[in-house]
This record gives sequence, C-alpha cells and structure tokens, in this order.
Amino acid sequence: MTYIAKPKFSHPGLPRNELGFTHRDYEGKISTLCAGCGHDSITASIIEACFELSIEPHRVAKISGIGCSSKTPDYFLGNSHGFNSVHGRMPSVLTGANLANRDLIYLGVSGDGDSASIGFGQFAHSIRRGVNMTYIVENNGVYGLTKGQFSATADRGSKSKKGVTNTDNAIDLVAIALQLGATFVARSFSGDKSQLVPLIAAAIEHKGAAFIDVISPCIAFNNHSGSTKSFDYVREHNDAVNRLDVITGRDPITVDYAPGTVQVVEQHDGTRLALRKIDADYDVHDRLAAMTFLQKHAAKGQIVTGLLHIDPEASDLHDHLDTVAAPLNTLDEAALCPGSAALDKINASLR
Amino acid sequence: MSVQSPISSVNDFVVRFANVNGSGSASANELFARSILRHGVPVSPRNIFPSNIQGLPTWYEVRVTEEGHLGARGGVDMMVAMNPQTWDKDVASIEPGGYLFYDSTKPMPSSKFRADITVIGVPLTAITNSTYTDPRQRQLFKNIIYLGALCALLDMDPKLVEQLIAEQYKGKEKLLSSNVHALHLGRDWALQNLKCPLGLRVKKADKVGDRIFIEGNSAAALGAVYGGATVCAWYPITPSSSVAEAFTSHCKKYRHDPATGKAKYAIVQGEDELASIGIVIGAAWNGARAFTATSGPGVSLMTEFIGLSYFAEIPAVIMNIQRAGPSTGMPTRTQQCDIIACAYASHGDTKHVLLFPEDPAEAFEFAAQSFDLAERLQTVIFVMLDLDIGMNHRLSRPLKWDDARQYDRGKVMTAEMLDDGRDFGRYLDVDGDGIPYRTYPGTHPTKGSYFTRGTSRDRYARYSEEGAVYADNMQRLVRKFETAQDMVPRPLQANAAKPTKYGVIYFGSTSPAMDEAIGLLEARGHQLDRLRIRAFPFHSSVASFIADHDFVYVVEQNRDAQLRSLIVNENGIDPVRLIPILHYDGTPITARFIAGAIGDHQDHLKVTPLRKAVS
Ligand SMILES: Cc1ncc(C[n+]2csc(CCOP(=O)(O)OP(=O)(O)O)c2C)c(N)n1
Ligand code: SF4
Repeated sequence: MTYIAKPKFSHPGLPRNELGFTHRDYEGKISTLCAGCGHDSITASIIEACFELSIEPHRVAKISGIGCSSKTPDYFLGNSHGFNSVHGRMPSVLTGANLANRDLIYLGVSGDGDSASIGFGQFAHSIRRGVNMTYIVENNGVYGLTKGQFSATADRGSKSKKGVTNTDNAIDLVAIALQLGATFVARSFSGDKSQLVPLIAAAIEHKGAAFIDVISPCIAFNNHSGSTKSFDYVREHNDAVNRLDVITGRDPITVDYAPGTVQVVEQHDGTRLALRKIDADYDVHDRLAAMTFLQKHAAKGQIVTGLLHIDPEASDLHDHLDTVAAPLNTLDEAALCPGSAALDKINASLR
Repeated sequence: MSVQSPISSVNDFVVRFANVNGSGSASANELFARSILRHGVPVSPRNIFPSNIQGLPTWYEVRVTEEGHLGARGGVDMMVAMNPQTWDKDVASIEPGGYLFYDSTKPMPSSKFRADITVIGVPLTAITNSTYTDPRQRQLFKNIIYLGALCALLDMDPKLVEQLIAEQYKGKEKLLSSNVHALHLGRDWALQNLKCPLGLRVKKADKVGDRIFIEGNSAAALGAVYGGATVCAWYPITPSSSVAEAFTSHCKKYRHDPATGKAKYAIVQGEDELASIGIVIGAAWNGARAFTATSGPGVSLMTEFIGLSYFAEIPAVIMNIQRAGPSTGMPTRTQQCDIIACAYASHGDTKHVLLFPEDPAEAFEFAAQSFDLAERLQTVIFVMLDLDIGMNHRLSRPLKWDDARQYDRGKVMTAEMLDDGRDFGRYLDVDGDGIPYRTYPGTHPTKGSYFTRGTSRDRYARYSEEGAVYADNMQRLVRKFETAQDMVPRPLQANAAKPTKYGVIYFGSTSPAMDEAIGLLEARGHQLDRLRIRAFPFHSSVASFIADHDFVYVVEQNRDAQLRSLIVNENGIDPVRLIPILHYDGTPITARFIAGAIGDHQDHLKVTPLRKAVS
C-alpha cells in the first residue's frame, strides 16, 4: 500500500552526492505496482538522476495524471510535493504550477493512456508552449490501471492479452513532440538504466519542454508474445542512437566514452551534454533529420532510443510571457495592487 | 403621418437603435449614451446582439432615465431603424405615440409605417454619399450623421458630444475633425428640414454625480488585478471573453515592473476549458492567485477539476458570466441559469461557494474578495455574473480600494512554523473550522511535503480507502462550508414602507429592475420586504427572512427556479412558501415584468387566499 513509508535507516557507508545526500534521500514510499513493472525501473532511474545531479529533493514538484504510471511520483523524492491530478490533465496543472513558481524543477509523469488519449491535447499544448519541465511518459501500450485495454500508442496489429488485435494506427509521441517543437526529445527503455539515467538528468538540466518517451513493459497486461511492448520484443528491436553523459560543470557522472565519437552540446545555462554517437552521422540539432530518422526506423519495425533532438538555446514559457524573475507566488500587495490613487484615476477616466 | 398624441417626455424615454452587425454603429450608439450622461442624465444601455460577427441584426437600447433606473424598462419610445431586415418587427415594437427615425433616401410604401407614431425621415445615405466617396467612410460616418440628427431632434447640446469625440480621438486630429464635421452635417440637416426638438427631450440635470460608466466584466477584471491575481488561464467564450481581455489590458498598464519592464502576471489562452482550470489549479496549488473566466459550457467541461479543487482543497476562482443554456442555448442572451450547476458542480458530494454581484462595483469587490476567500477556504469560488452585467455598460458607484487592505493568504504553514515543531497534517482540522493548513511546494527540505490527490486520504494526506477516514474528511468539508457562511457577503434586507406579510428574494443582475419594481408594486398597493442574496452558502438570515413572511417571491432569470431549489434544499424550507417569479427568454428582466407577475399574484391572493402554509 502506498502509505507504507520506507524505513529511514541509511547505512553510513552509502555514497553521498555533492549535497551530502544518499540515494535514500531521493526515495519515496514503497511501490504498490506489480513486481517487475517497468514503471518501477523508471522510478529508480529518476532517483538515480536526481541523486547524480545533486538536486535538493524538496525543490522538485512532481505532477502526474491518473494511471499506474501516474502513481509513481509517490515512490520517489519523498520530501517533495506531489500532485496526482486528474486523468490526462497533468500538463495543464504542471503549466500552472510552473507559472506560479519558476524556481522549482517540474517533473511530469504520465502514462500513454494518460498522454496519448484523454490527455493528448494537453500533452501537445504543454510541449508547444515550451513549459520548462521534464515530461516523462511511461509507455506500455496499454491501460494498466484499468486492466489491459489498448492505449493509443499500441501498435497496429499487436494483440491484447485477451487476444484482440489492435486495428488502429499507433500514435508516436516522440514524432509528435518533435513536430510540436519540443526542444529536448528522447526515447528510452525502462530496462536500459545506463541510457535512461543520463537522459533524465539531461532533461532536468534542459531549459524548455523536455520530453522522454520511455518504453515500459507492463508485466500484467503487456508482456505476452504478440505485444510490441514486451521486454523481449523491445530488447530485440532496440536500436540505440547514442549514449550520453551529463556534465554539469563538474566532473562527469559516469564516463563511458568511446574515443572519437563524443559530441559536446552546450546548453543555454552553460551545462554541457556530451553525446556519444553510435550512429556516426546523426545530428541531434537537426529536428527534421530526427523526424526522418524516426520514421525510417519505424518503417523497419525498429524502436529508436536515445536523445533524438535538442535545442541548446531553447527558451521557455516564462521567456515567452516575459515574466519577472521573482516567482509570481512571492509577489505581495505592494507589487501587485495598483492602489487607491490609481483606482481614482481609473474612476475619473470612466466618467 | 398624423398622430393623435405623440409621447412627450423629458429625460425619461427609451431609444433603440436597430443596426446590422459589423456596420460600425456600436461606437456611435455608445457615444449617444455617453453624451446623455454628460448632460447629467443617467442612462442604462443594453446591447442586444446575435451570436454572429457580420450581417445579422443587432440592437442597442438606451434607456434615458432621470430617475436613475438601471434595469431594462421594456418598450421603445423611439426606434432608429437602420436595418431593413428587421424593419417590420422594429416598427411594430414602438410604443403608441412613439417615434420612428429612418433613412429616407429611398421612398418607402406607406404600408410600411404606422398611423399612431411619428415618422422622421432623414436621407442619410444621400447625405453620406454626397460627402464621402470611400465605402467604409460612408458606412462609418452615416452613423455619426444620424447621431447629429438625433442631437437636434432630442435637443442635446452638440458641444458635449464634440467634447466626447475629442476625448476619443485625442491626438488623432484628422479623425476628430472629420467626426465633428459629420456630426454637424446631420444636426444641420435636421435643424433645417425637421421640426426640432421632438416631444422626447434631453435636458441638463445633475443626476449622474460621481458615478462611473463601466461594464461588469471590465470591473471584475480590475477586481482580479486589485485582488492580486497573477495567473489567468482562459478559453474564449461569449460573454466571458472580455473579462480575460480586460484583465490583459489592465495588467499591461499596471503590472509591469518599472525597472525591467517585465510582467508580474502570466496569462495563458488555454487550448480549452479543461486546460484553463487545470492551469488555475496548478498555479494556486503552488501559491499563486489564479483565476479563469468562462460561461456555462466551459463550466460543464471544468467540472472534473472543480471536484478536485473541492476534495483536494486547492483554491481556484472561476468567473462565470452566465448566458442562456442549456447546451449552446442562446450564446449572446442573458440568464441566471447556472446556479445549481455551479453550486454542486462535479460528481460526488460537493458544495461550492457562489458570489452574486449586482453591478460593476460589486463585480469589482467580489472579484477581489474571491481570491481571499479561495485561499482562506482552500476551495473553488465562483463569481457569478451574467451577460446583462458583464457585457453592458452600467452606471455604478465609483470603485473603491482601501490601501491598508492586506491579502488573506489563508492558512499556509511556513518553513519557520515547521521548524518550530508545528504538527503538519495537511487535512488536520487544527482550529475546528474545517480549514486545514497547507504548505507550498518547496517550503522545507524535510518537513511539510505531502501528496495532493483527488483520492481519499487521511488527515496526514496518506492514501486511504478506510470508510471512517473518508467520512471524517467529508464531514470536515461540511464544517468548512459552514465556516464559509460567515465569510461570504451577507444578504441585504430592505423593508417595505409599511409592515407586510410578503417578501421577495432576488439576486445579481435582477437588482436594478427589482428596485424599480418595488415602486410600481407600491403604486398598485402591494408592500414587499426585500432580501438580496449575495452569496451561497446562504447566511442564516435567509431562513429567518423566509420564516418572517407568509410568502416569499423568488425572482430569477431561469426556467427552473434554481435559486429557489437551492434555498429549499439547503435550508429545508417548505417549497410552498417560496413563489417562483421566472423570466428566461434571454432578455434582461424588467421592472414591468416583475411588478406584473408579483402584482397579479398579490391581486389574486386578495381574491382567493391561498392555503395557509405550514412551515
Ligand atoms: C476521466 C477519467 N476517465 C477514466 C478514468 C479511468 N482510468 C484510470 S487510469 C486509466 C488509464 C491509465 O493508463 P495509462 O495512462 O497508460 O497508465 P498505466 O496504468 O498503463 O501506467 C483510465 C482510463 C479516470 N480515472 N478518469
Ligand atoms: S498493471 Fe501493468 S502498468 Fe500497472 S503496475 Fe502492473 S505491470 Fe505496471
């Protein structure tokens, strides 16, 4: 049950990050998801990424919709505020929260049912507005919480556990995010921690709308043969584009360079992403190429993972609205209220 | 045409302009209304417009009323008939003895007129065409020319109109002089060719005082600025769009940091109402004052989130500018028809706070207050306007603000309070008023964080499906709603000149018509005590007012007597004691209607007394 808190004991020998926090400080409640659910692996990657970035846990606001995936914010960063909103409407709640206080880190967690069906519009509009967030879809191709119906990301021709064949075309959220102008677009696999952790870290560091679609097999309803989101299927069809590390102006967190294949991407705030390309001529700055690349591999039945696109100069919604640097929720009467003298003038102009 | 007895009236008549939507008449008509105000004579104008941008009929009615009646009167004393499409209907609507003003460039068959009215023909098209060549100029200046002619006919001071034009086109000399020229073209023609003035006249008076002339939506938007709203998310819908548009323009003026030029607000036009209310809830969860403005269909879409706001206890302000429903109903017509939909919006057991401003001044006050209430009560607050207040200019007492006023940010636990060892349980009823403490995200490294959810949870915000825990929470929400009773604006009572067994309850935009109806009823020999409800939850004085009278009329602008149902439901009152007086054709309720309906009922009572009610 979600109210079971993890014991707070932490071994003195546990590694600590720059802030002196251990992994424990980034954990939340004990997961109530099915043992082996891909979503739990993503939770672990989020914990790892935040640990590595030395984020103050309470400076993160974690917002989700409804679904198994949307429950996961309860399982990480126990000291931060979480918000299970309504089904598919995480993006608007996150947008509002971000407008109120631009100083926190916004982590949006959603499912494919949540984001590609009922929340498809909100997903699209939060991306096109450039809300500064890390938007993670834990994509299992089914509705987990309501027990196995197809979601809109389920591939055409794939079979449900009950044996029904999906006759609708699938929505590729990554393709859509690229089309809508997301300035950070990635896809990963929940079981590929070495790829996912730096992707999440990079997305958090990115200013602007960062979207990560994480294929996350559902043990209960989507791990059968015939499914295209099962562990086995994804492992067989995974075609990684690149591996990446995050350099936050300090030492790299993990180093796994293959000589001659490193590409350094400088972000707006000075942080640099070092990308190790597996595909030699892949350019993460080229949105159009990313779209083509994606489509080409999709046509071959392959799942492309890795960082597909980044715009290091991205701006965000606050830039577009040209809001003050201070969080709007800190402004007081003096800053907000024009006062009675101004009102007298307004009255006079209305006579 | 021969007329037996043309209406003769000074400073008390109704002029209605019949135009074609998109012809640019709106500003000339408004200028007419403002000019009369400058004579010191109150006016009460109303837009009557179709749900269409171009081509369909539109009317603008100006009630000139030295008495200062701000409700619609009903009936037309002078029709300025500029729309051939609606000619027959327009001519038919003139009161016997009234006046018809029309463009006489083309001859009309006599069958098109009435014998009992005075017909005034001005060859507007001919005058315009002989002066202007540009088609758009011809259209726009034709409106100013008829305004000029009316000036002569109604004995208005052209200097006052000129002054208004000068204010409007300050710095745009060319436009100014061409408008003044057109005004005099019309006026001179009338003076030379017609018998001026008519029986209807405007005479200088001193009855406007320091009152302002403003639309309710604009006043509500100003209230949001003064009330400290920093986030506005909205989706266009008539008649509420102008709230967000006015908020935008007020913010542009008053909310930019002088040093950096940056905005101390964020306005997002959402992709729909679902997003708009989601943004509001997200922002308010994070400690900003946030609101949306919408109308009935938007409220329908927001209901799931409204339930979340209620249950998860997140402040939100929704300004609902009501229009005629259900469904798309009559989008540009007024009603007070979302009372039940808002009071109990969303699934499950919910109750929401509703505020009912009567005019722009209250729209300003209640809008500003709604943010205090939302944060104090941690719930959604509806500011219930309607098209009649929202989209019409009303004479209103000046807006007032006390600079000593501090925003009530409600029960927010700070890092210091947490460090002091205060027990933080998000849903603990520490003070017994049903209102718990909240913390803003990011407050403290180790204390005070919690999970917000629409799912049931215990007092410490821990997920729980225990029946007792759920019921405990729901009971506390009831306590909170009871607490709200004494925080919301109280009903205002006004007693009849003589003791009476009868009362009347009304609210919102019905107010001015009600004020006037009382006089008409008195003239018919009926005395009524009045109670104007200004908020839901109902203050205890509502029940005692009803208890104090044999019968109470409940006047509202909807078909199903929604306020009456709410009173019956919430106060356990015998429905027989509440007599519904209902007006719902989409036009604003009039004093004539109220006085007629109540008067007839009262007359009837005198003949056959109704069964004595048992309370
Ligand atoms: C308005 C509304 N409609 C339907 C539901 C029921 N519902 C809950 S979760 C869910 C789907 C979850 O699927 P997904 O987002 O893919 O998450 P998963 O459980 O697979 O992680 C649905 C349809 C709901 N909670 N609210
Ligand atoms: S049903 Fe599927 S998605 Fe939900 S917890 Fe179980 S494995 Fe995960």
